[in-house]
Amino acid sequence: MALAISLLPESQLAALNAAYRSAQARRRRRAALFVGVAVLALLLAAVGAEVDLTTFVEKFGNFFSYFDRIFRLDSGARVWTDPAEWFWGWRNWLKLLGETLLISYVGTLSGAMLALLLNFVAARNTAPRPWLMFVVRRFLEVCRTVPDIVFALVFVIAFGLGPMAGVLAIAIHSTGALAKQFAEIVENIDMKPVEGVRSTGAGWIACMRFAVLPQAIAGFASYTLLRFEINVRGASVMGFVGAGGIGQELVVAIRKFYYSDVSAILLLIIVTVFVIDISTGWIRSRLFGGERT
Amino acid sequence: MTMQAEPDLAALKLRHPAVFGPPTASRLAKPGIGLAALALLIFGLIDLDFSPQRIWSGLGQLGWFTLLMIPPDPGSSLPTYLKAMGETLSIALLGTTLAALLALPFSFLAARNIVPTQLIRFPVRRFLDTIRGIDVLIWALVWINVVGLGPFAGVLAIAVSDCGAFGKLFSEAIETADRKQVEGVRAAGGNKLHEIRFGLLPQVLPVIAGQVLYFIESNTRSATIIGIVGAGGIGLQLAEQIRVLEWQKVSFLILMILVAVAAIDFISTRLRFAIIGKRAVT
Repeated sequence: MALAISLLPESQLAALNAAYRSAQARRRRRAALFVGVAVLALLLAAVGAEVDLTTFVEKFGNFFSYFDRIFRLDSGARVWTDPAEWFWGWRNWLKLLGETLLISYVGTLSGAMLALLLNFVAARNTAPRPWLMFVVRRFLEVCRTVPDIVFALVFVIAFGLGPMAGVLAIAIHSTGALAKQFAEIVENIDMKPVEGVRSTGAGWIACMRFAVLPQAIAGFASYTLLRFEINVRGASVMGFVGAGGIGQELVVAIRKFYYSDVSAILLLIIVTVFVIDISTGWIRSRLFGGERT
Repeated sequence: MTMQAEPDLAALKLRHPAVFGPPTASRLAKPGIGLAALALLIFGLIDLDFSPQRIWSGLGQLGWFTLLMIPPDPGSSLPTYLKAMGETLSIALLGTTLAALLALPFSFLAARNIVPTQLIRFPVRRFLDTIRGIDVLIWALVWINVVGLGPFAGVLAIAVSDCGAFGKLFSEAIETADRKQVEGVRAAGGNKLHEIRFGLLPQVLPVIAGQVLYFIESNTRSATIIGIVGAGGIGLQLAEQIRVLEWQKVSFLILMILVAVAAIDFISTRLRFAIIGKRAVT
């Protein structure tokens, strides 16, 4: 059965067509304007960042030859032909790697504990006082916007060189980041249990403990594990500013052109990050996979 | 109203042994894990040289520094700082754009619905993971060795390190795209490229644009720190002023960074809403 398509008379169609074309043209103009602004911004940025394509093209070969060099031993042989020589400092490196992991563990855990205390005050639906919420939120914003390595720079001067500065820097940054994510979870909980607990005459702390925490704790743990993953990466460069961990060795190796050491340490860091990624992913699916099914 | 019958406890216990008497192992698991975590924390604190007097003296120092930071004052270096801030914003913008352009081809190769064979997908994904596993500061040091000190090294560092993250995010966006449009294009006689261009890209582009805008904000933060190792931008000034203990300048620089990040955040959020609509974001 053929469907009859009813065509509008020419006069009405023309008006519709014109409207369609003008709408289409408006969209195109907007897109063109957007692209134009973006290109202009990029050009400005290129000038600002001193992009010099001739040096880039000239030196680009260095990038590959750099990777060629870091995979050669001093004797000129490929690194994998002599693993013992390549990983000559493995005892020290593994110890520093352990220190890096410990820095991120202690930093993440103490940051998570602080975030646990602060997030109930920062969440819109559980904050006891509006002004307190405002103050805590601004404080957390500062903690999370200032990068952890900047905190580390300051703490190295205040607390002295060493892993302690790194731990504190990671802890503060994690507090800011985690408390925000925690507060978002708390803002999405079901408020009925809170009303139930409050109706029994419980105070604020009891409400948080018995009505809010049980709903939110799984999400808290999940975000903390994710943060741990991020912090392992962050802790690996804390040594750049003297705040402990493997970064110190790495920056010395890069700056002093100990090529094979660079590749060895980088390989150790990458493998560690992989292992941590996979194992936290496994833990999270073990912890929370059961609830979903 | 009917009265509830008295439950037959013995029968219930027999039917649900796991509820009434969970095995000792699973009952001990939670406090056990908690204790182990606490023990590791204490071991860490001891091993990393935490001591109450170090913390106290450090806190005293910090308090002193904070007092010295007030009021924030750029001294006579305001023009230098503004220029450095511009450099930082340039690094963030350019680095993110380059990263997105670099990541696009990789993300198609890593997406399950584009490349059905593990043979290509697996190495591409591991490659992206490897790039992501290296911190942006390390990339900055490597690029400084290649193109010399300065902001250009910073741009390249951000471009490469974000290429890994973008590749993963984009490929996930591509994988969650709806098959129906693609099938429609194929039914109309389109080839593989047509399918990607008219079936996939219109669905994927808004998501990608949103992520790129989000990353511009987070990269403004990254761009502030790569200066610490010499790759240009405001981080260089910040690290310098912290080392010479010019705390008023330090606090001014930190305030500048906070304001710039907030401004970029505001702009990119507005743009994201404009591109993908309010509901898709929240």
